[in-house]
This record gives sequence, structure tokens and C-alpha cells, in this order.
Amino acid sequence: MRNRIIELFESKDKILSLFNTAGFPHLNDTLPICQMLQNAGVDMIELGFPFSDPIADGTTIQHSNQTALANGMSLRVLFEQLQELRSGVTIPVLLMGYLNPVLQFGIERFCEKCSQVGIDGVILPDLPFEEYCQKYKNIFRKHNLSNVFLITQRTSTERIRAIDNESNGFIYAVSTASVTGNNLQIASDHQSYFSRLRAMNLKNPFVVGFGISDKQTFDNIVSYANGAIIASAFIRELNNSLELSTTTTQFVNKIRGIQ
Amino acid sequence: MAHLVDENGFFGIYGGSYVPEMLRPNIEELQHAFKECISDHLFIQEFKQLLADYVGRPTPLYYAQRLSQEVGANIYLKREDLNHTGAHKINNAVGQILVAKKLGKKRIIAETGAGQHGVATATVCALMGIDCTVYMGEIDMARQRPNVERMKMLGAKVYPVVSGSKVLKDATNEALRDWIANPSDTYYLIGSVVGPHPFPSMVAYFQSVISEEIKQQIDHIDYVIACVGGGSNAMGAFYHFLENKNVNLIGVEAAGAGLTSGKTAATIALGSIGILHGCKSLLLQNEDGQILEAHSISAGLDYPGIGPQHAHLHHQKRVTFASVTDKEAIAAGKLLTRIEGILPALETSHAIAYLQKLDISSEKNIVLCLSGRGDKDLHTYLQGE
Repeated sequence: MRNRIIELFESKDKILSLFNTAGFPHLNDTLPICQMLQNAGVDMIELGFPFSDPIADGTTIQHSNQTALANGMSLRVLFEQLQELRSGVTIPVLLMGYLNPVLQFGIERFCEKCSQVGIDGVILPDLPFEEYCQKYKNIFRKHNLSNVFLITQRTSTERIRAIDNESNGFIYAVSTASVTGNNLQIASDHQSYFSRLRAMNLKNPFVVGFGISDKQTFDNIVSYANGAIIASAFIRELNNSLELSTTTTQFVNKIRGIQ
Repeated sequence: MAHLVDENGFFGIYGGSYVPEMLRPNIEELQHAFKECISDHLFIQEFKQLLADYVGRPTPLYYAQRLSQEVGANIYLKREDLNHTGAHKINNAVGQILVAKKLGKKRIIAETGAGQHGVATATVCALMGIDCTVYMGEIDMARQRPNVERMKMLGAKVYPVVSGSKVLKDATNEALRDWIANPSDTYYLIGSVVGPHPFPSMVAYFQSVISEEIKQQIDHIDYVIACVGGGSNAMGAFYHFLENKNVNLIGVEAAGAGLTSGKTAATIALGSIGILHGCKSLLLQNEDGQILEAHSISAGLDYPGIGPQHAHLHHQKRVTFASVTDKEAIAAGKLLTRIEGILPALETSHAIAYLQKLDISSEKNIVLCLSGRGDKDLHTYLQGE
């Protein structure tokens, strides 16, 4: 079977991807929220697995991590929940999180499980690109998993080329120097950054994340990028939600500009 | 040398730089700058000059006669408590502020547990006229109040950390987040031999002045003993003896309420391999890879990890690690105060307590790194009475 991420980007542009922390707001909300997101019309889902010390995350995702851990979420529990993923969800789903829980679980076993439950890709921001290439690339390939790397405005052109070469799915372009959850002000240096990426004619599409929270920032980003990822803004809504399904639909409609 | 860092930033299987891409340029810039600095004789000269004139080095190696009688061996105290600001932390702060200056950084951030590193950082920032922000866990701010006031008087902003367990680990998270958000103008002045490469080897290098002096101050040494949280005073005290197998090196961890109590910071005794704060080392963690809260009465040892070089030296069996409980440390600190007139930091008291567990003959020469003074801990010492 072909990787769902690759198929998605071949068939569609202006991809909307939403992130939620697995086991948040409640332990067993993981799969229902995936289903709601698909029903609401998002193109791709990132599921975060929680870590006690999320150094690249702002307060919103720190809080969702702590809540999920307190709810009893772990990779073992997550893979049990995900056994039912593909009985309803057909859009691409990626797992995202810090390296230490994966190391303790075992990287080979983690990839095997991902593939078995129908996960399409993995984002591990603190796994160095070089170490991935030397040690883990073949394991990811064997299990048909896209490994997605982050780049920033300060990543050199050379390094972006090297990352593009080793990527199969998309490249995650971090919008701005910030942890997650700060609202992005699109400035001229962003535009030149995104334009530079476009002009590089990368073999992989690039998707922008960090700081995208509403229709305006989404529209602005996808005029340059192949897609955008929204995380903290959605989690804030879930945190205040009385009814998850309504909240999810309303949130996605607002981003899409559907009344 | 097999004990030191390799070109990829590893000590054996430990170390490395496991940072998100946002921090990668910072780390690469620092790796490059540090290499340049230590091969520049003007840099070394300025560093040594500041250590002499500003810090007050060399610190004495004091033969503690009454303590020696008590223990039954020759105990020499390496008086890092006599440094300006009262602890070894200033050695590293002076070294790194010079690196930051060389890089043209306008703003310094730091984490602190006991507050000694925070005070040292605030001090060198005042000296150089550079803006300083210190992250400190809310719990630590309460238990090390005098140091908080000192930092503020020195002109630093002290930022209370309320995330996670509100101690050193969480302050380090918050400092890393600040660095991610301010990558160009800000220098992260880390306080121990932890974090992504080159921090562990850089901090060890700046602290190695401790063992360099010890070597000149005494001819024959059988043991060097130091307390270990992240492990910077221990690394400094061991550094120039690593290749000399005749010198036994002992690191003393904080057992907290006891090794089996679940309230401990004894990482070597109870930890397993994992990644925290950008490096691979031994950590206190659960089977899911979530980092556990450490516990120690001493804020400076209250850390669930340990420097990767220590993990490696343990692995190689070059350094022996032991642990001492909160109670034992308090008693040892009081003993030293009473019989030598030296009030040690609670961190240091762990190393002193270990002396009574050491089974040795009376001719042996033991150097103990007296890493800091205990004024900040007066309240905790007296609470037990």
C-alpha cells in the first residue's frame, strides 16, 4: 500500500492538519477526536504522545501533556487505542513527540506498531537528522513510515537540501523563533523565508507549523506553503469544550471560512 | 583520551546533542566558538586573570586536622567556598561569559537550583554589563530565599518557574524554551556538566581549574571526593586525575529520604539510559520514559539526571558513586561547622557525610571538594533542631 501522506499531497494543496495530544482532554478521547476531525473535513492529523518535559512547547501543549499523562496515557496505551484507528479514519495520521518515550519503548518496536495500526508518519523533533540517517532510516523505510523533519528560518540551504533528500512525505517548516502556541504575526522576513523555500523546488511539499491559529494566518500561510498545522489554538478550544464534536466542527469551519 | 568527549560530542554512548532544529544553529555556533576560545591564548589569559583577581583563585587546600582525627585519615578540603560568591559555580560563569562576549550576545539566560549558579551568573553579568534572566523553580525560590535576593540586587530578573515539579529540571526546561524563542541575541549560560554538546565538556573545562590547582597543592593523593547533582564541581575536581589510576575518584549523590523511598535523586544508583535536556545520560524515569521528580533536601542536587561524562566514567568504572541521605548530610554539615568552623553548603555536606562511610587506613590522603558555603542553607540546617 502507498503511504497516505504522499497520496494526499499528490492530490491536494492547501492542506489543513490539526494536532491533538493523545489522551486529551480525557484518556479515551483520542480516537473519537480523530474521527471528528475527519468528519469536519481536515486533511491530516498529528497525534502527540505526551512527555513530562516538552522543551519546544508553550504552556497550552505543556498542559495537555500533563493532563494526558495524569489520565494514564503512554505509548502502550496509545497503540492499544489505535488498534481501531483504521476502522473509521481514512486520512493520514502521524505521531509526534519527544524521543525519550520512543527510546524506552524501543524504536524498532515503535515503528512496527505504527505500521501495524496504520500510522503513516512520525515527527520526533529532538531526534537529530544525522542519527536518523545513520541508525534508523532503514527501520522507518521498512515499515513504510514517513519521517518528517523540522526546518527553521535559520536552517542553511545546504541542510534543507540534505533533509529534503532524506524525507518522504513532507517537510515541517517552523514558522518563527518560538515555542508552540504563540500567535504568528506574518512579517516580511517570513514571506522571504517561505518564498525562499518555494523557490528551492524541493522534492517534498512543505507544511508550516507554530503560531497558526485562525483563518487569516491559515490563508496567509497556504498562499506560500502546501499546508499548515494548527495545534495550540485547537487544544485551547478542546480545553474549554462542552461538547467535543461541536467544538471540533466549529473550529474547522472557522478556519475553512464556512459559516 | 578515552575519558573525554569525542568529535561528535559523545562520551562513549553518553552525551550528544538531542535538540530540536530550532536550537541547532545555536549549538553549532557554540561548538565552534568554544573551540576557538580555548585555542586563543588571549582568551585563556583573560580567563585566568579574572579567576585570580576577581574570583580570588587559587583557593586554598586546607588540611582539616580535627576532621581528620574524626574520620581517621588525612582530610584536605579544597576551599571552593572561598571563591567570590561562595561556590565553585563562578569558575564556569566567568568562562562562559567570556565566550558569550566573544559571540557578541546581548542577553544571558540561566537556570538555577540552589541559586549559586544564578548568583554566579548574575554576578558576571553585572561585571560585564550584560542583561541577565535567571529561571528558578518556585519551590527552590522559597527554600533558597537569600540567593534570590542577591540575584535581584545584582540586577538580574529572576523568573519563577511554575511548570512541572517547580525545581531545577523545570527551570532548565524554561531556559531552553527561552533560548528557542530568542536564538540570535541570547546566550544560555548553563550551570552544570549537562545539556547538549558542547555544554558538558565546556563546563568541565572551565571547572577543571579545581583539579589543576589541587595537583599543584599536594603531591600524594589517594582519594578525591565530591558531591554530584549534575556534577560540575566533581568533574572539575576529577578532571586532571582521570588518567592517574592511583587516585580513587568518588562521586556522592543525594539519596534523599533513602534509595528505596521513592524520594531520591540518586541517578547513578537508580537511573537508566535516556534523553533529557539535549543529552543522553542516566536518568530517573519510569518505564514509559517519563522523567521522575527527584527529591533532595539540597536544591542543587535535586535533579533527575547526571552529566553524561559521569555516566560514562561510571560505565568505565573509573569513578565510584555512592549516595548519602538528607539526614546524614545535615548531620555532616553540622559536624564540620562545629569542629572546623566551616559552614558548608548542603550539597557539599553529602560529600562530607560519605567520609564516615569510607573504610580506609589512617595514612591515606583524601581531598574533598568543599564546593560551596552554607549561609544559604542556614534555615534548613536549623529546622531539624
